[in-house]
Amino acid sequence: MVNDGVESDLLRWIPLLPLLAATFHGVMIGVLRRQLPPLGTAAISCGAVGVSFVLSCLALGDLLELPDNSHFLLDDVYTWIGAGIGSSAFSAELAFRLDPLSAVMILVVTGVGFLIHVYSVGYMADDHREDKGFQRFFCYLNLFTFSMLMLVLGDNLVLMFLGWEGVGLCSYLLIGFWYSDRWNAYCGSKAFIVNRIGDFGFLIGLLLLFSALAKTGHPAISFAGIQEHFDGIVGMTVAVPSWMPFAPEWQLVNLIGLCFFVGACGKSAQIPLYVWLPDAMAGPTPVSALIHAATMVTAGVYMVCRMSFLYAAAPEAAAVVAWTGAITAFAAATIALTQTDIKKVLAYSTVSQLGYMFLAAGCGGYESAIFHLGTHAFFKALLFLAAGAVILAMHHEQDMEKMGGLWSRLRFTRIVFLIGVIAIAGFPPFSGFFSKDEILVAAWSSQVPGHLWLYGIGLLTAGITAFYMFRLFFRTFLGECRAPSDLRDHAADPGGFVMNPLWVLAFFSVIAGFMGLPQVWGDVIGIEDSNSLANFLTPVLAVREAYHLEHSTERWMAFGAVAMATAGTLLAWFMYVRRPELPAALSRQFSVGYRTLVNKYYVDEFYDAVLVRPLVAISDRVLFRGIDAGLIDGIAVNGLARTIRAAAADGLKYAHSGLTQGYVFSMIVGAIVIVGYLLR
Amino acid sequence: MVPLDHVIALSAILFTIGVIGVATRRNIIVILMSIELMLNAVNLAFVGFNRIWSGSEGAVAIDGHVFVLMVITVAAAEVAVGLGILLSMFRNRDSVNVEEVNLLKW
Repeated sequence: MVNDGVESDLLRWIPLLPLLAATFHGVMIGVLRRQLPPLGTAAISCGAVGVSFVLSCLALGDLLELPDNSHFLLDDVYTWIGAGIGSSAFSAELAFRLDPLSAVMILVVTGVGFLIHVYSVGYMADDHREDKGFQRFFCYLNLFTFSMLMLVLGDNLVLMFLGWEGVGLCSYLLIGFWYSDRWNAYCGSKAFIVNRIGDFGFLIGLLLLFSALAKTGHPAISFAGIQEHFDGIVGMTVAVPSWMPFAPEWQLVNLIGLCFFVGACGKSAQIPLYVWLPDAMAGPTPVSALIHAATMVTAGVYMVCRMSFLYAAAPEAAAVVAWTGAITAFAAATIALTQTDIKKVLAYSTVSQLGYMFLAAGCGGYESAIFHLGTHAFFKALLFLAAGAVILAMHHEQDMEKMGGLWSRLRFTRIVFLIGVIAIAGFPPFSGFFSKDEILVAAWSSQVPGHLWLYGIGLLTAGITAFYMFRLFFRTFLGECRAPSDLRDHAADPGGFVMNPLWVLAFFSVIAGFMGLPQVWGDVIGIEDSNSLANFLTPVLAVREAYHLEHSTERWMAFGAVAMATAGTLLAWFMYVRRPELPAALSRQFSVGYRTLVNKYYVDEFYDAVLVRPLVAISDRVLFRGIDAGLIDGIAVNGLARTIRAAAADGLKYAHSGLTQGYVFSMIVGAIVIVGYLLR
Repeated sequence: MVPLDHVIALSAILFTIGVIGVATRRNIIVILMSIELMLNAVNLAFVGFNRIWSGSEGAVAIDGHVFVLMVITVAAAEVAVGLGILLSMFRNRDSVNVEEVNLLKW
């Protein structure tokens, strides 16, 4: 592997432009207390992200023209943190690295991000819930784009962590965007705090990796450096107490991999840290589409793929990743079955699809994970934005029990929504079919313990996915309209700012699958090397052990997946269109299971009882009232003051007479005493 | 050349006059002037001592002069602040007597 990148001064402008736009808006509303007219705000924000997208395309062009012996572009701006000298010197550069992996990411972030910026112009135009809302919204949105680009372009783990924290901050700001409703503020805090747990894992992993590398004499922090010296730490072990499982020693790489995965669990909403994502739907719909579906939540997947060499050397950690992903995919899909809030269904679906990506990454199919990341960004952003169009038409009603029958009213929205649903359900030749199929193949052919079970779970989840997505579609667009008549009569497609991005996303949701067309289908239509995405990504991802799968087997697997999706779709059609009274009867028949699913397996309640309440109780009674108010304030500060006052201060205070002459006299006496002492 | 003893004696006399002025007078303007007198007494001593200080490695000694410039600068700043306080005190109290300014006490 060759590690020298080619210099390029272009890269720094890609994250810088959104940052400049965000700073401009921030100064305008925060310091100057002025507000730009909405169209000016929109032009600056969308322009910055749009130019970033153009620059990303140019950078991709540069990347493709690189000679064979180098595979990334590097833009080293300056030394950000430098310490030490000689061979043990440490330096974290402010450097950007564009390799195939980050190229895919920045195209998704700036491309989908640009469309969502444009959509937001239409979506937020009539929103006057908060003061200076419009410009503040675009300020946060640009800041998010900047942080996300830092995350994916950063050349070292520290810079990546900077972006990692930045996107968390922006997520918090945007979830609680309508902050005058306390519930929204609560949801923002919840997302931020749950993410902190994950970030802590990330930080521990980073420090462990760094200290291990420093022990070998190479305190490298850039990805190229880590990869170069990584072999030195593969054999290392750490001692653990005898009561822990697999005592007395753990492989260090496994531990590091698990720590990083805790970070990924927080950011990408995997079990057990997924609870914040459904509540994050309290934010405006474009935010849900951009941050909580297309980009930020995929940061964990990106990170696992970026560290693929580590997970390839740590099979146990990779198995944990795969199983967590599979279980999350299944559990979240079952919760989505019973939700009635249109955005909640999509949120659980996002959790489920992210689970698929981790399933692929854990099984070693890193390129499948990134492939699904890309297609998911298109169709899930499309679904969220189309749901936003429905919500706009229904005047901010999100409960699909109060919708239905919109087929004849939302003539364009219905088409793009249907495209999104078909894509996520995995019907060929829409994008979701190819990427999901790749993941199932990766699970089938992997070395992870129980990989056939993983395949089975993935297949079953594909059926459930088709069921709940078509349930959403049927409940929203077909049947009787359950909305109040005045709402129903005025429901109409939104304007151009909202509709045009939807068409673009719909187009890509249909065709994006062909950028990573598996070879088995390439053979069918006669294309050599059809899986161009995988070929493009291979140089930066860890190589999986070669597996051999008959093309006929692969076709049977695809057939199985489509059969599952068809079964789910037909069942949804039967239950919600043909016999609409059936779901209510079923929920009465299986009331225990139904209530468990409606209440999301009682996970929030469990966390509340086991973690939140004890923590609050200890913080309040022991730490606050006992230690802070009692010990520090009461005894140390006030107690000391009271003692001294009683002992001396009540008498001595009269020395402070307020007469200047008296003070001068004491100064002179003091000076004389000191001089006399020195001259003695 | 004036012997160092004389310089020091003059400096000491000026300084003592300043100290007595600060300690005994009630008029804040006179007190400020006395403080200036003390500072200049010190400046005089600096210049005097600089004359017998040979400096390092044969170079001309200017350390004392540098100190004097420093003291003059600080004194100027101090006068500016002092006179500012004085003005606002006179506006509020119609007086420049320090004994009438005694609110800040126990």
